[in-house]
Amino acid sequence: MRVPPAIEARRLHKWYGDVHAVDAVNLTIDEGEVFCLLGPNGAGKSTTVEILEGHRPRSSGEVSVLGYDPQTGGRPFRERIGIVLQQQAVEDVLTVREALELYASMFPKQRSVDELIDVVGLRPKAKRRIRTLSGGQRRRLELALGMVGDPDVLFLDEPTTGFDPSARRQAWTVVEGLSSLGKTVLLTTHYMDEAQNLADRVAVISAGNIIAEGTPATVGGRGSAASRISFRVSANRPFDLPDDLSVDRTEDGELTVTTTDPTRDLYRLTGWALDAGFNLDRLEVRQPSLEDVYLELIGEEAGE
Amino acid sequence: MNRPSDWSLVWGQIRYQNKIFWRTPVAAFFTLVFPLMFLLVFTVIFGNDEIPDLGVTTAQFYAPALAVFGAVSATYTNLAIGTAIARDLGILKRIRGTPLPPWAYLAGRIGSAAYLAAIAAVIMLGVGILVFGVEVYPETLPSLVVTFAVGVACWSSLGMLAAAVSPSGDSAPAVTNATLLPLAFISDVFIPPGPDTPVWLDTVGNIFPLKPFVVAFQDAFTPQVAATTDSWLGHMHWAELGVMVAWGVAGILLALRLFRWEPKGGERVGKPAPVTADKG
Ligand SMILES: Nc1ncnc2c1ncn2[C@@H]1O[C@H](COP(=O)(O)OP(=O)(O)O)[C@@H](O)[C@H]1O
Ligand SMILES: [Mg+2]
Repeated sequence: MRVPPAIEARRLHKWYGDVHAVDAVNLTIDEGEVFCLLGPNGAGKSTTVEILEGHRPRSSGEVSVLGYDPQTGGRPFRERIGIVLQQQAVEDVLTVREALELYASMFPKQRSVDELIDVVGLRPKAKRRIRTLSGGQRRRLELALGMVGDPDVLFLDEPTTGFDPSARRQAWTVVEGLSSLGKTVLLTTHYMDEAQNLADRVAVISAGNIIAEGTPATVGGRGSAASRISFRVSANRPFDLPDDLSVDRTEDGELTVTTTDPTRDLYRLTGWALDAGFNLDRLEVRQPSLEDVYLELIGEEAGE
Repeated sequence: MNRPSDWSLVWGQIRYQNKIFWRTPVAAFFTLVFPLMFLLVFTVIFGNDEIPDLGVTTAQFYAPALAVFGAVSATYTNLAIGTAIARDLGILKRIRGTPLPPWAYLAGRIGSAAYLAAIAAVIMLGVGILVFGVEVYPETLPSLVVTFAVGVACWSSLGMLAAAVSPSGDSAPAVTNATLLPLAFISDVFIPPGPDTPVWLDTVGNIFPLKPFVVAFQDAFTPQVAATTDSWLGHMHWAELGVMVAWGVAGILLALRLFRWEPKGGERVGKPAPVTADKG
């Protein structure tokens, strides 16, 4: 028997007046998956996530989260989800521990407050008022507040925007910990490396449309997209490159071959160099990074 | 699943709202100390002799009036400002994302405000009794307690209404001050009623729920003036209680209709997608 997906959206639309913020989005996220919605500012990430959380009504489409319609799921639904919004405050005259205990007390299942304080690395601040925390520490507290009810599905809207690199790694560790517990995580970000590091699957969203979807390794045709072979030739006499390779030459002498068949072209190239007795300097084969693919996808979308 | 009981949720919210109140010195000062300063100023200006038209001392008149004023600040003003600010900050939205029932959150806020109103009144009356010789009368105590409870409930629901209609936390103080202060001047809080008060002003005061609260509460401190019979029932102010109940019920019903959990602009009503957009 097939396990029903944790999160499902079919032809989801959202209009703000004349703005079509979410345009026929389909999503299927399985239980235990870490799913990343990747897109630039204004793409519709927060709107999509907040509809799934039950914070915003949708204009049309079908949505199911843990079998509930978020708009009508009410208390039983909210007992099983955790929410970290993009911008959010908590009464900052409370201490870190008081805030966690207060919010934990609302849930039937609870994670240990002490354990959570350690998980997000706020032990030294546990007894301090929230108002004395730095921005990154607050965001980590919010991460802990999102997990305090031991949710089956956790929504994270840009959880690490504005973090320094070490705080981001720490937050990633927290999310990895959740996925190892079998929790479903829906995360939005505009950082490529975050999607690359955390996600089982990625959907790229732009102007309310999902324009590509897949694993971080294959999204946007990344697995089959053209690779670039770059090299220099150190030669003391003029030479002709093999004419079945299309080679671009830059001004500083670097040569590049753009190819969808790197194995064959590399073989041709090195065979030619060995036969001719040349050296290929700084030889490099590069797969397109997720960032390359993403920028290309977003660029195509914007160019329409 | 052991879901927390409604009672423990509300109790937890009351305790947490109280904690926040005591850690916000400005609110604590205005609610608890500010009305006391009026009592001191009035007794210094007028002396604590009998007010000729009323037959009671300055403190006997002002201590109950200002106790009511403090209770109204603790409920109406605090609830409106505190709730509107919490909405601006996104705290209400955060609460909406948890399993805490919305009514339990509002009940927690109201419970905490009512508790603070009682503290404000006890402080005012305590100072009045101990320092200025204000007298209390056992036969009017039931009326005093019932009046206070109904008044606090009424002004709590009006506080939630003010929170609901205030566009933002910044404008909530303007909303409460613009409504409460003018009302206080025609409701026997700052100015004792005299023979020269125009009748229409008296009538206007009686329509709104502040003067009935003040009058019913003050009369518990002047039984010789107001009693219809000597039994405790004869001291009850049914008409005044009725006005407050009416305002309270109307206020909370309207507040529940108009209440917003997100700041203005947080969620605008979207128009439905055109049917054709969904083909395929
Ligand atoms: N409450 C709102 N009212 C009107 N327009 C909104 C509102 N929220 C978002 N939008 C618009 O919807 C689009 C998508 O926004 P959002 O979902 O916040 O994108 P993201 O989270 O990807 O940055 C944007 O054009 C934004 O201006
Ligand atoms: Mg966003």
